[in-house]
Amino acid sequence: MTTLQPPVAAGPRPAPPPARRDRRSWTGWGFLGPFVAVFALVFLAPIVYSLYLSLFRDQLIGGTTFVGLDNYQQALRDERFWAALGRVSLFLCVQVPVMLGIALLVALALDSGRLYGRNFFRVSVFLPYAVPAVVATLMWSYMYGTRFGLVGDLNDALGLSLPDPLSPGLVLASIGNIVTWEFVGYNMLIFYSALRVVPHSLYEAAEIDGAGQIRVITAIKLPAIRGALVIATIFSIIGSFQLFNEPSVMQKLAPNAITTDYTPNFYTYSLSFSGQQHNYSATVAIVMGLITMVIAYVVQLRGMRKGV
Amino acid sequence: MHKHSRRLLRGIGLVCALALGATACGGSDDGGSGPKNVSESDVRAALEKGGTLTVWAWEPTLKEVAADFEKEHPGVEVNLVNAGTGNDQYKALQNAMSAKKGVPDVAQVEYYAMGQYALTKQLTDLTGFGAGKLADQYSPGPWNGVKAGGEGVYGLPMDSGPMALFYNKKVFDRHGIEVPTTWDEYVDAARALRKADPKAYITNDAGDAGFATSLLWQAGSRPYTVDGTEVRIDFSDEGAKKYTGTWQKLLDEKLVAPVTSWSDEWYKGLGDGTIATLAIGAWMPANLASGVKDTAGDWRVAPLPQWEAGAEASAENGGSALTLPELGGNEALAYAFVEYATAGKGVDTRVEGGAFPATTAQLNSREFQDTKFPYFGGQQVNKIFAESAANVADDWSYLPYQVYANSIFNDTVGKAYISDTTLAEGLKAWQDASVEYGNEQGFTVEK
Amino acid sequence: MTTTVTPAAPGPAASPSGASRSVPRLRTPRRGHTAGRPRRSVLLTVLTGLVLLYSLVPLVWLLISATKTQEGLSRSFGLWFDGDFALWDNITETFTYADGVFTRWLLNTVLYVVVGAGGATFLAVLGGYALAKFDFPGRRAVLAVVIGAVAVPGTALAVPTFLMFSAMGLTNTPWAVIIPSLISPFGLYLMWVFAGEAIPTELLEAARIDGAGEVRTFFTVALPLLAPGIVTVSLFTMVATWNNYFLPLIMIKDPDWYPLTLGLNSWNAQAETAGGQPVFHLVVTGSLITIVPLVAAFLLLQKYWQSGLAAGSVKE
Repeated sequence: MTTLQPPVAAGPRPAPPPARRDRRSWTGWGFLGPFVAVFALVFLAPIVYSLYLSLFRDQLIGGTTFVGLDNYQQALRDERFWAALGRVSLFLCVQVPVMLGIALLVALALDSGRLYGRNFFRVSVFLPYAVPAVVATLMWSYMYGTRFGLVGDLNDALGLSLPDPLSPGLVLASIGNIVTWEFVGYNMLIFYSALRVVPHSLYEAAEIDGAGQIRVITAIKLPAIRGALVIATIFSIIGSFQLFNEPSVMQKLAPNAITTDYTPNFYTYSLSFSGQQHNYSATVAIVMGLITMVIAYVVQLRGMRKGV
Repeated sequence: MHKHSRRLLRGIGLVCALALGATACGGSDDGGSGPKNVSESDVRAALEKGGTLTVWAWEPTLKEVAADFEKEHPGVEVNLVNAGTGNDQYKALQNAMSAKKGVPDVAQVEYYAMGQYALTKQLTDLTGFGAGKLADQYSPGPWNGVKAGGEGVYGLPMDSGPMALFYNKKVFDRHGIEVPTTWDEYVDAARALRKADPKAYITNDAGDAGFATSLLWQAGSRPYTVDGTEVRIDFSDEGAKKYTGTWQKLLDEKLVAPVTSWSDEWYKGLGDGTIATLAIGAWMPANLASGVKDTAGDWRVAPLPQWEAGAEASAENGGSALTLPELGGNEALAYAFVEYATAGKGVDTRVEGGAFPATTAQLNSREFQDTKFPYFGGQQVNKIFAESAANVADDWSYLPYQVYANSIFNDTVGKAYISDTTLAEGLKAWQDASVEYGNEQGFTVEK
Repeated sequence: MTTTVTPAAPGPAASPSGASRSVPRLRTPRRGHTAGRPRRSVLLTVLTGLVLLYSLVPLVWLLISATKTQEGLSRSFGLWFDGDFALWDNITETFTYADGVFTRWLLNTVLYVVVGAGGATFLAVLGGYALAKFDFPGRRAVLAVVIGAVAVPGTALAVPTFLMFSAMGLTNTPWAVIIPSLISPFGLYLMWVFAGEAIPTELLEAARIDGAGEVRTFFTVALPLLAPGIVTVSLFTMVATWNNYFLPLIMIKDPDWYPLTLGLNSWNAQAETAGGQPVFHLVVTGSLITIVPLVAAFLLLQKYWQSGLAAGSVKE
């Protein structure tokens, strides 16, 4: 589904109210209707169906029985689920700041006008976003190889002993690197676009005040694009919590380091497709969805309140 | 506002209800009703009448078989679909079965995966088609596979994978290492090779459920006992101890390359001599010939190393059957195709294409056994494979949910490859997880 | 949820006459903001160059690998050329292998992108316009519901979706890929913000007073003003559809309807089976060919989509 691509979602922040409220009628539905109808079909109906499924248990032997909230109780006690959630939380705390930090620095550098070849930079850094996640992961996996890949070549050529990026201790970082690579440019562009429309007059005022570059950045630029920062953070949270493509492709190469319950999304996939535990899989997905929503909401509230 | 929201919710609810109503018909599985009876004349009639068959298979040689079959029976059209390899296809098949729609008429299923479908009656029992009388035509391992631990016959064996040791002779010769005939010698050879060339490994192993179960099978271990829904899982028998004892040495001394089979890196290792042997099924020659062209002439085949000197035990590794899913259609026609491909003229076509048959007629034929393989320096490798096929013990059984069990092999036994956990502890963890799942799914599982 | 958030800075968004701001300004975001051209910095260029290197090295690997044969891939250093330069052979082979099925996949992908991404953009434009320019019952709930739905992991919804689509007879048809592609929550959000900015409500009122119906007003007045935003949204939906993998994987079993991503994956998996022929060189070349059209689209349309994005974020 589209939800597997992190930045597809919109931030849980209502956009500005309509300019005029004098036409409160059903006319708007005529325009919104097509979107809502398709949305109901491809998002809401499967979720409602999953809610229904989560109340049952289906066995290979014995068929389907109604179990009420048992699946939810099981999920709350499920160590594999919580371990997976812990893993993506760690990922979130490290990868997202790094990715957004790099994106922001590049955006500020581009915006400063002090770069040679700005357009080339802008387009090149954005290019990885065009690469399908599956292809990106295959490419990086190749480079991670310690025997024949780039890491191996470097070790041979320079006499280094770089550790295996696919070893259990490093594989999460290696996945983080791939995700960072894919989305730095995308986030950079969102920040950069936001910076481009910071009004001219503000800079002039700052110049008159004799403010330095750093001061201009912290006092004018960053506050001006706070909304973009919050939106990008929320996309990234949803993306991290739904981490799936990268670990699932890499599992073929590091089957012991990446377990079938490596991330919550991977866990629901394994439950559903390997174990035929559709009911429990639906339960875990719903719990995960609730957690994601709460966190995204908190981030949005905090991010927006600060300094407004 | 409130009233409006409610109305909105109701609207959404309606859409969902419509969608749900549509799905309600795609729910649980149905129970089959005894073996169907389809006579030879039914099959002949179906062939004359013609029709379209949908076949889900990833086996490449079937393409030609399907074309020949269409030529022979002008009214028949075979729609051959590669719905994914192995697991991917089972996922698709399971989805189609749950939806009761889009289920193919014929599906390729590996032996290890048949139990689950047979038990839940999702595959047609072919006894009523007269499949029982074909028993003698197939070698014992594969035939045991299609019976899936029960009385019925749930498919016809298409290919088999009696194991043998493929080795890179050039590497062995260069370092003056003898080709091992027992697993103990194999460990010694691994040490010698590693000493002679620190970049070279005797083989690769990153933890592979199919490989581990095959070695257990050869070692005489019978971890799975299945009687309907009564299951026993026990990885502590003598055979299992032999396997863990030897293999633990290879892991402890880091004598096996931590490379996943079938990866790009694996093919490279096979090509540059850093992966010197493969204990694998007899279907491997075609893969070597097409994937590792650079080493043509370097590789040879030897009998699988033994757990006891002088023994002649072997096991199956991989291999699959063609089956008729219960919810597919065109049964008589589908059976005609399956028989053609697995016991009729299709077998020769497939052997020519590089597949390894499961039929004794081909395995024992002069022509088959005498074929010289230029890739193996002119060696008549089929002789070794045929012998191996005859030496496979036919009392092995898989779990009725082996697909799931294999999917968690690396979560459990895999720990032995990346941490201080021993193989024996890993197998124990695998056992526990498999027992737990079995009980959750309504089986009665004992340890 | 909070309602409206104004930027701390008195930017254009917060200017009193926000709604009637002229549109051309949106199309051409201001160039440099200091009076003179800022001094270029070598140090800054080098530092940013590191990020550039990071972004491009894997792509260079892909480009170089696409010039190698299957054997060449195994034996040569990843970031340099092998002896034989096989790029043209590889491209030819990619398009002719297995009866030229790659071309079919390419055309399928184009179909999915044109109908799916095109439809997604259209729905997002309609929806965004409605949210920005009309007040109607349930308006406030829309975004909350959309976000909530997006937060539920998609992999677990795949089976329910499959069962529904199967019951409706949609699996194994192009519709199974196209219909889910029609929804772009991010696109809806962008269009909402953009429409609020770009369409002066007075213009709509004027059209209505002239007796134009809502539909006509939308097409003749609103749509032209939304052009830059439409380009942006269509680029995002295009990338999403072009790279769509997981849902087609579940929905489509007939290789004749595969998009490129699935087709390449099936070639990659070919090495994993008995008797299969590894064609990693074709997977690599195919991957390269897959991303070329997207890169071309980025380059050609950059002028437009950046202004669209800029307007989208101005309200942040």
